[in-house]
Amino acid sequence: MKFTCLSKGRGFHFPPCHILNFCGIRILLDCPLDLSALLAFSPIPTLDCLSIVESYNTEANDFDSRAAFGKRQKIEKLLHAKNLLFAEPWYKTVNNLQLWNSSFIDVVLISSPMGIMGLPFLTRMKGFSAKIYVTEASARLGQLMMEDLISMHGEFRHFYGPEESNFPSWLRQEELEILPSELREIILGKDGLELGGWMPLYSAADVKDCMLKTHTLNYAEEACYNGTLVIKAFSSGIEIGSCNWILNSPKGDTAYVSGSSFISAHAMAFDYRSLQGACALIYSDFSLGDTQDSADGDNYSVSAAKLQSISSQDLAGFNHNSDENAEEKEKLDFICSNTINCIKEGGSVLIPIDRLGTILLLLEEMTASLEASDLKVPVYIISSMAEELLALLNIIPEWLCKQRQEKLFAGEQLFAHVKLLKEKKIRVVPAIHSQELLINWQEPCIVFCPHWSMRMGPVVHLLRRWCGSPKSLLILEQDILNLELALLPFQPVTMKVLQCLFPSGIGLRTVQPLLKLLRPKTVLCPEELRLQINLSSENSFSVLYYTEAETLKVPYRKHNSEIKIATDLASQFYWKTFKKEEISITKLKGELRMENARHHLLLETDNKNSSSNSRSSEHCGLPDSEKLMAALSKMGISGNIQHGMSDTKSQTVSIIHIEDPYKASIEIGTTGTIITTAQENVASSIYKIIDNILNAV
Amino acid sequence: MAIETLVLGAGQEVGKSCVVVTMNGKRIMFDCGMHMGFLDHRRYPDFTLVDPNQDFNSAITCIIITHFHLDHVGALAYFTEVCGYNGPIYMTYPTKALAPLMLEDYRKVMVDRRGEEELFSSDQIAECMKKVTAVDLRQTVQVDEDLQIRAYYAGHVIGAAMFYAKVGDAEMVYTGDYNMTPDRHLGAAQIDRLRLDLLITESTYATTIRDSRYAREREFLKAVHKCVSCGGKVLIPTFALGRAQELCILLEDYWERMNLQVPIYFSAGLTIQANAYYKMLISWTSQKIKDTYSKHNAFDFKNVQKFERSMINAPGPCVLFATPGMISGGFSLEVFKQWAVSENNLVTLPGYCVAGTIGHKLMSDKRAKVDLDAKTRIDVRCQVHQLAFSPHTDSKGIMDLVNFLTPKHVILVHGEKHKMASLKEKIHSEFGIQCYDPANNETICISSTHSVNAEASDTFIRSCLSPNFTFQKCSSADACNSTTIGKSLMPMVQVEDERVSEGVFVVERGKKPKIVHKDELLLMLEEQKHDTMSGTF
Repeated sequence: MKFTCLSKGRGFHFPPCHILNFCGIRILLDCPLDLSALLAFSPIPTLDCLSIVESYNTEANDFDSRAAFGKRQKIEKLLHAKNLLFAEPWYKTVNNLQLWNSSFIDVVLISSPMGIMGLPFLTRMKGFSAKIYVTEASARLGQLMMEDLISMHGEFRHFYGPEESNFPSWLRQEELEILPSELREIILGKDGLELGGWMPLYSAADVKDCMLKTHTLNYAEEACYNGTLVIKAFSSGIEIGSCNWILNSPKGDTAYVSGSSFISAHAMAFDYRSLQGACALIYSDFSLGDTQDSADGDNYSVSAAKLQSISSQDLAGFNHNSDENAEEKEKLDFICSNTINCIKEGGSVLIPIDRLGTILLLLEEMTASLEASDLKVPVYIISSMAEELLALLNIIPEWLCKQRQEKLFAGEQLFAHVKLLKEKKIRVVPAIHSQELLINWQEPCIVFCPHWSMRMGPVVHLLRRWCGSPKSLLILEQDILNLELALLPFQPVTMKVLQCLFPSGIGLRTVQPLLKLLRPKTVLCPEELRLQINLSSENSFSVLYYTEAETLKVPYRKHNSEIKIATDLASQFYWKTFKKEEISITKLKGELRMENARHHLLLETDNKNSSSNSRSSEHCGLPDSEKLMAALSKMGISGNIQHGMSDTKSQTVSIIHIEDPYKASIEIGTTGTIITTAQENVASSIYKIIDNILNAV
Repeated sequence: MAIETLVLGAGQEVGKSCVVVTMNGKRIMFDCGMHMGFLDHRRYPDFTLVDPNQDFNSAITCIIITHFHLDHVGALAYFTEVCGYNGPIYMTYPTKALAPLMLEDYRKVMVDRRGEEELFSSDQIAECMKKVTAVDLRQTVQVDEDLQIRAYYAGHVIGAAMFYAKVGDAEMVYTGDYNMTPDRHLGAAQIDRLRLDLLITESTYATTIRDSRYAREREFLKAVHKCVSCGGKVLIPTFALGRAQELCILLEDYWERMNLQVPIYFSAGLTIQANAYYKMLISWTSQKIKDTYSKHNAFDFKNVQKFERSMINAPGPCVLFATPGMISGGFSLEVFKQWAVSENNLVTLPGYCVAGTIGHKLMSDKRAKVDLDAKTRIDVRCQVHQLAFSPHTDSKGIMDLVNFLTPKHVILVHGEKHKMASLKEKIHSEFGIQCYDPANNETICISSTHSVNAEASDTFIRSCLSPNFTFQKCSSADACNSTTIGKSLMPMVQVEDERVSEGVFVVERGKKPKIVHKDELLLMLEEQKHDTMSGTF
């Protein structure tokens, strides 16, 4: 088994990406898109923005003429909104994936809706023929997100017009060199090697085509690839439809653990029990860094409590840990109370969050607390996919957490938003300019919308409107890594900004007890984990560490494969016993089949050449010359033995000369016997005699 | 190795489906239904046959329920709460959601209307449902180390599933009720090509072959339209779930197309509540309906209103869906009493009514006087329309499924005795498959697959996979006979790749049996190879 980490990803929205070569099958694990790289681009400029850009451009031209000596000074300059790229954005795919020939990939496994975002780039390539497996819920959510991205991107296309060439000017070396270092790092990566990952956006047709190529799976459904690999998806808990994988093969099982969460208020929780006992476990939850950054007292105590419950061998401890739930609830309450305060002061609240779970909970909490404080402000959800998304969420109970499923069984709506929509407590509109919104628009208000790194869609327009109002409030996720850069085009920002960390991942302290519980034989861990947890003390499994763009060879534990022999074939066996009855041996011939990751040996159905294989035995040991003589004389053949020469070098043990009834000689050597006669039928009759004496198989 | 099948219900009859299958030491109960035609002890399967000591927890590994109809789930609450079974129970999400509605409805009819002593309470239904594990379609559930089960889409009603079970090398499928053709709101049954030892299939329509469903639906719509356009009232007695939604989708569609304003009513809260479930479970319906969810959920009926008792004698035409089906009592009977006397009105009946119900009487002799009980007699003047489409597969569908799966044995359940006998004969003669139609409380024993487990060395596997080409030259005689065009297409050489799997099977005392390549054998035996050559001079 060979494993190569192509990208460690960056948090929830940009999951990791790997290539696995398992049983000769090349498997791509996820195909995400780094949407945070959008930060390098400017949102669509407004009119007054434009004038600045123009002046900047002329300035830049001046600068170009003096570029020979001015370059360095420019780089060190403070970043300004006008430094951003004023062009139709391109998108940053996983750079290392470009190094692989896409037509050599056999299987693609998509673990979450976020992991599908880059897939159309791959599926539209010539020669791409891999089988794509994705859970049905992930596929639907992913498709909505991709379609939303295309529709948001449309604004840029309208603004900048059709592209003149397929190589935009900002990608030129000389342009890149004069970019501020921060932006250059986004575009080129830390090593300056990531330019190849940039692509112009796929079209709606590409997405449609991509979705047609996917093979959707239900929860724990078995999919069999090529007879060799049985693939199963189990919930991972970070998002609806997101999953971990188990790959069964005759060489053993491999488990892939992507970002996972033990507790979820919306998605089905991490099903770790189903991952137990794999030969190799690829641990790909990179949430470790996040938790350390925010390791305040609270977090610590929660993790410690969790650890305790696990070390006491309480298996249920993982899922029924109410502490984390309470923490999540506290966070939501905090956001709600801030929102209420802001509304009371007459400000509007903008919530550009892309996590479904958080949005759904916030909607429920927010409307409840608005009602409780008797505030009547409109709540808008502005997104081209929102209507379909909300409808979809209410019809996939199979991927929801226990509490939500209970609602199904009780006949209640799965999420409160169905009722809220009916009562018009929340309004869903596809875009900022939709008729319904323009008619009903009221401020102050609360707006939910996708964030898309603050570069496109409704969030841009609303930020421009409210950024100067100190009464208004912006609520962001922590995942936006560079807040300063994100808000750069909207400076000066005087509105309040609240950034919240929503934990998504297994968490550092749970890793060790979890791995102990899963009992894999080998664990593949990210290098980052080596410094944080000491897994080497663990005796029950061996640990291998991986880093980006380096191939790790993992030896198979088994050198033999399991095989099932059909009874009708087995009943035809003719046994021979060797070595004092210790070993029984039979020759077998059948039809080898690979089915459901298992070898089967079946009785051959057509016997057209069964006659040809009648006799071709292997012999071992030495023919006993005395025995042979006895057997020969029984057949009426007489001869005399000439024993081998005394010198040890000789290969010949003995020679039997036969005179009567015909002339023949049998030369017995250490590795072979040579029969020499004048007639063929004589040779074969002697052969038969020797065959009987020797141990034939 | 053998698979033992004990038929506790639905053996040569329809009702109280319950089959207990024992294979390789595991015991699975498929369905746990009740018989609608009996009111005494015969309404439940005779559970004492499962275990005379009534220790069901050790006797049964798990229970699997295929769908929410009472003849498949009716005895479940009784079995768990009264008989004390505590083990795992599996059913699909829709079945888990809807089965308690059916059980509760039945309990109400039994206690409130008929004044019988209740066999289980509402709380007991709730308790029973808590023990149920919901499964998704095709989800592979590992019940315990050895037993694996999986649900396949069966059509019939929402959430209906065929169940596959595997213990060791023995594999089987129990179909429950299924439909091989899609209907208004559900898709057709779907299953993988499996290697089965046993297939237990329903055979409600063992000898019927149905024609196009479309024509039958049009007949129904025509009859309804004719009735309401003459100002008549249409009574559609149905059970709350399944048929009601299917017909309602049909009517909604028709109403829209014909721009009809006649109100459609649903009686009682149950059906309205059922629609709420259907809306959430839309992904279990047909592809066509699934695709519409985002704009308009097909179970959001626009023309449907709630019916009040006071409206029974209100003037004007209307269409009413009333529970229970087959006019076996309750509200549908109450309405029937009032409406049956007018020629203008119409009653539609499903294709199958259990003997003893008013529906059955109406079907056997149309336009007659019907005795409700000893005292009441109704002069039935209204029109009666019998629905000619059914959510069960017809005989062709059963044969198709058997042919597709080609199991080693087939057991027929859930059908009428003489029809089953003829289907059994047909399966045996056409496919050469052993087929049985046991009566209730009979046990069928069949043999099952068993294979020898061994290890195979990599060298052996590789040698099996290596190509083994044989070249065959085409004889010129053939080429001469063919035309010139044919000649150019005729290959000169034919290549065949017949791979040979030859090895040596070694069983050493104290070790796992192993298959090795012949070259490896001598190494294993620590012996030297000895060739024998013969030559002539």
